[in-house]
Amino acid sequence: MYRMLRELLRLGRVGETPPRTERDPSSASPLVFRHSLGIRHVDAGSCNGCELELNALGGPHYGLEQAGFHFAASPRHADVLTVTGPVTRHMVAALQDCHNATPEPRRVIAVGDCACGGGAFRGSYAVMGGVAEVLPVDLQIPGCPPDPDALLRGLLQVSGERING
Amino acid sequence: MPNPALRVLTDFRQWGTTLPVWSGRLCKEYWLLAAENIHAQGGRLLALWGEDRRTEEPGYLVHAAFLAETGIVHTEMIVDPAAASCPSLAAIFPGALRMERALYDLLGIRVGNGDTRPWLRHAAWPADQFPLRTDFCAENLVTTGDGDYAFVSAASPDAHEIPVGPIHAGIIEPGHFRFQVLGEEILHLEERFGYTHKGVERLLQGLDVDAGARLAGRISGDSTVAYAWSYAQAVEQIAAMQVPERAQWLRALCLERERLANHLGDIGALGNDAGLAFALTQFQALKEDMLRENQRYIGHRYLMDRVLPGGVGFDLTAVSVAALRSAGQALGTAVGRLQEILAEHGGLRDRVVRLGTISPERAAHLGLMGVAGRASGQPWDQRIQFPQPPYDQIQVRMTTATEGDVAARMAVRFLEIFESLRLQEEILRKLPGGNVRQPPDLRDAEGEGVGWVEGWRGEVFFWLRLEQGHIRRCHPQDPSWTLWPALEEAVLRDIVADFPLINKSFNLSYSGHDL
Repeated sequence: MYRMLRELLRLGRVGETPPRTERDPSSASPLVFRHSLGIRHVDAGSCNGCELELNALGGPHYGLEQAGFHFAASPRHADVLTVTGPVTRHMVAALQDCHNATPEPRRVIAVGDCACGGGAFRGSYAVMGGVAEVLPVDLQIPGCPPDPDALLRGLLQVSGERING
Repeated sequence: MPNPALRVLTDFRQWGTTLPVWSGRLCKEYWLLAAENIHAQGGRLLALWGEDRRTEEPGYLVHAAFLAETGIVHTEMIVDPAAASCPSLAAIFPGALRMERALYDLLGIRVGNGDTRPWLRHAAWPADQFPLRTDFCAENLVTTGDGDYAFVSAASPDAHEIPVGPIHAGIIEPGHFRFQVLGEEILHLEERFGYTHKGVERLLQGLDVDAGARLAGRISGDSTVAYAWSYAQAVEQIAAMQVPERAQWLRALCLERERLANHLGDIGALGNDAGLAFALTQFQALKEDMLRENQRYIGHRYLMDRVLPGGVGFDLTAVSVAALRSAGQALGTAVGRLQEILAEHGGLRDRVVRLGTISPERAAHLGLMGVAGRASGQPWDQRIQFPQPPYDQIQVRMTTATEGDVAARMAVRFLEIFESLRLQEEILRKLPGGNVRQPPDLRDAEGEGVGWVEGWRGEVFFWLRLEQGHIRRCHPQDPSWTLWPALEEAVLRDIVADFPLINKSFNLSYSGHDL
């Protein structure tokens, strides 16, 4: 235990301050999302690159929980669905089920170039070519993959915040 | 060179590559004989795929690639389009079963293995349509779910069934696991995949080599370097070109950094699955530092699009080399301290020792390689047995364990972290000068090429046929094809609550498998 404590002290505080934000008066997001978002992630056929960055977002460098956000294990506990991948035909039914299981008010974020418009897989017989082909999308976060900072800014925006600087 | 008994079956020709590859066409009668011979000599099945050659030859072409003691033996066989069937290798190499089921789903060649259930196809295209046939029509496709797959079910009223997925509770890829459970104990596990099937093989057809490289690096995002490098090897072989020496060394640097980043992430996640959040935080912090170095010095956090046909898409300055060397030394020290803590942590040891065991005998039977294979006493490592430049100049040391449990897979990862750091130091110290890319001239490039790279999970194999500088047909093979069936065995007699740990200790690819 002593050595674990020593390592914790050695690592110190690596967390970075999240972007400064204020409530965006023009945002249509419900007030209950403010500093409190449950996020359910659905991989709809990504290459796993976006998942690596979503996992990195949960790491100690990024202030995910400081911003009041957390990943939920069930859509029943979620306010936001993050969806990655070009939406394979084989994932459409599961994705729709998951969306239906998410209580309202809810938001959908398309994460990564594939989710935004099919990306590298656009035009394949096996994909729909983006989340918007299947679900109403509230925000797109492009990138291949988008880095954790871009993900955090997107989540803040969906929670009704405006980023100052 | 293939052994004499194999050379009796057909004429094998050696490919024009530094990889040891021999290729031969077999008649149907010899298909199984060749596989039996390779198996009897201790060989493994690397990949199995098919190709629609009806316009050029009298039918379909089925390919198999094996790893024998002297290198890769590639065999092919013409399949009559009227019968569209071929004999099964699954009785010899168990890993062939799913590849053969996929061969039917994608190309419509029925393999007599007794399992006619679809594997990669759910309901997205009709059962009588085959995407890799040239006459496949990609219109009016549907998106209905896959509710009627015939899972093996338990007959006992005492057993109960737990369906898991395709969407999982964590931030991971989709797939379905069907458990048959007696109380807490797992009696049977059946995997169902194909959810992330993106039609990669068909999508690659017709692309030029550069567009193909971009897509190849996105078949499995966590192994982008391994895929891009194996694809580049295949292209460079067809173009009969030499890659600048500096580029070869920089490719190896990327491959080892990809291995490091994934192993760091996996060890942290394993700790977390055992309730040790300390490990997750510490290793996530180390991994994030590495990713930032990747971005800063190499140009992408996960090193996508860094390895290109003809070389690499970045160069290192002397300052970058010095920074990466000193970061590597600091990482080694930090991981060493954490390894000591984890090795002596009773709570963690209780969870991972003798859990999810695959004995060396079963591992040999299943043809395991990569991290999971080496943790079960299977000393396969392409970098050591068939070293390609620069690995022929920086001897890699084999890391193995024999216990075959979750603890062994963790231990092998730790050893590989130290080994990759040592290799990184050697690479950076000895990095030769010169160009980093010689763009290939591919206007008239024709022919077949193979690539073969020891990725962090195991070996990634790529076969490619170019016509006039464009991809005619290609087949990438992820090690997960062979490793996933081992997970079904590893969980038996363990409890459901330990499944996440066992699964994570393999950490196999869905996207690379589903294609």
